[in-house]
Amino acid sequence: MNKKLLSAPFLFWSALFIIIPLCMVFYYGLTDQTGAFTLENIKAIATPEHSKALWEAIKLSVISTVICFFLAYPLAMILTGMSTSKNSLIVLIFILPMWMNFLLRTMAWQTLLEKTGVINGILSALHLPALKIINTPSAIVLGMVYNFLPFMVLPIYNVLVKIDPNVVNAARDLGANSVQTFLKITLPLSVPGIISGITMVFVPALTTFVISKILGGSKVLLIGNVIEQEFTQTGNWHLGSGLSIVLMLFIIFNMVISAVTDKDGEANAL
Amino acid sequence: MKKLLALLLCGCLSIAALTGCGNSSSKENVVYVYNWGEYLDPETLELFEQETGIKVIYDEFETNEIMYPKVEAGSSAYDVICPSDYMVNKMIENDLLQEINYDHIPNAKANIGADYYRTARDFDPDNKYCIPYCWGTVGILYNKTMVDEPVTSWSILWDEKYAGEILMQDSVRDAFMVALMMKGYSCNTLDEKELREATDLLIAQKPLVQAYVIDQVRDKMIGGEAALGVIYSGEAIFTQRENPDLEYVIPEEGSNVWIDGWVIPKNAPNVENAEKFINFMCRDDIALMNFEYITYSTPNVAAQALIEDEEIRNSKIAFPDLSQYDNLEAFKYLGTEGDALYNKLWKEAMSN
Repeated sequence: MNKKLLSAPFLFWSALFIIIPLCMVFYYGLTDQTGAFTLENIKAIATPEHSKALWEAIKLSVISTVICFFLAYPLAMILTGMSTSKNSLIVLIFILPMWMNFLLRTMAWQTLLEKTGVINGILSALHLPALKIINTPSAIVLGMVYNFLPFMVLPIYNVLVKIDPNVVNAARDLGANSVQTFLKITLPLSVPGIISGITMVFVPALTTFVISKILGGSKVLLIGNVIEQEFTQTGNWHLGSGLSIVLMLFIIFNMVISAVTDKDGEANAL
Repeated sequence: MKKLLALLLCGCLSIAALTGCGNSSSKENVVYVYNWGEYLDPETLELFEQETGIKVIYDEFETNEIMYPKVEAGSSAYDVICPSDYMVNKMIENDLLQEINYDHIPNAKANIGADYYRTARDFDPDNKYCIPYCWGTVGILYNKTMVDEPVTSWSILWDEKYAGEILMQDSVRDAFMVALMMKGYSCNTLDEKELREATDLLIAQKPLVQAYVIDQVRDKMIGGEAALGVIYSGEAIFTQRENPDLEYVIPEEGSNVWIDGWVIPKNAPNVENAEKFINFMCRDDIALMNFEYITYSTPNVAAQALIEDEEIRNSKIAFPDLSQYDNLEAFKYLGTEGDALYNKLWKEAMSN
């Protein structure tokens, strides 16, 4: 009884802000302007402009996720090897930017990367060629990696610290060299963290519309931008919701994988 | 983003629900105003409250398209709204507006110039529903230090010499207007062949464009980030104040002239207060305060005469002589299918 009472605020919250909106998305996505049932809004993903936008989004978010992984894994290993006092400082430095608003950080990158921006100012003062990545897909990838990297580092770090050092020592005792130990022991044991990290980077990267708008100059149309436009500019909530449902399938697929591989919920225990 | 969207939707809902509750107790002396963001001097609201004792409940919207569904749903009843031309057109067609009683708004007839009422007839045929509040043109803002030839035509936005130096508007109608006008077509055309041509032009232009932006044209042009940008005349005055190298032109092929105006929706709970509010906004001194705050041209000729700075009073940018141009066209509502066609072609251009 007590437990139920305690969970009431949470249940109320999820009903109000998750379940009801989700139902609305499904309602709009599966109806047309007159309110009749239709699958047209879902099928709309097959039109050239929508599938191209989806493909661009998948491409950029996969690239960003891969880059995040290769940056985050070594960092997480270094953190694990450190004494607690040292690594908590580094973790803090890592999390610190996250206290600032996401939009603000992305806009800061715009100021840095612009043609007449800070980085190019320094480069031209040093007589170096200018950096021309603003308003290109590279700038979008940079923005994604920068914004989502902590979401990759933390889950991986969480599983790595929980690996029993004795397991690693045993492997070394039995004659495995450091590469073998890593490939046969550390890496397999950290899979739940990796999957969780991938989900936490891939999903927001796939759906972003802000980063492509601010750093991509709207020159690269991602599926997130299409959906945003349907809601705010075109006013076609039905199509916007339909495309959202398609996107949701990707996300659910991703979450199922992470749920299957991380049964104990270890990686998510931040 | 799914959650964000959902949150947003819920936010809208709850706002709608809350304002709905507020409206039921209409015994209170209030007026519900729904206006563009940063579109009047906040001080004028205080003055209005002091003078009339009517409390202003003020909400802001970012685009006409965000405003429309809220008003259409009817759950949030506003007394005064300030939509743009084509949206006024759409609201009239969908029977969302009530006729304005000019007898209760004497300042509207006395102070607003006849020219502007004439232009407004493009979207409000008998001037029955909308009282012009702000107006302007769309043109090219260019940096004199980066462009050495005279800018006269939209075609300069397709000149490869300026690749990477061009800022386009990230909005369907404005972007298509540029391409259509350059070809000599109407910016309200529904002719598929003409629209096809415009789409191909926009696709051809894309590699030359630095970025598609809306409000940021202003900051980027001030900062010297680009040489040419498509911009609203109201922003042009502000940018010139900040960077004197900038110049604004209305291209010779013609352009869009737009008007945002006050309307009273059908379901307004406090019509009388709405009339008082509009009348107050049409007063010359108040219109002047607003003009000086937002720098968008005012159709209030009485206020125009009060502008102290002679340069601005006679500015061709702020107050171009409308009779001089015969190729300025206001946007009309294109209907659901027309809108859908434009949006489809825009997405095609942008995904290319």
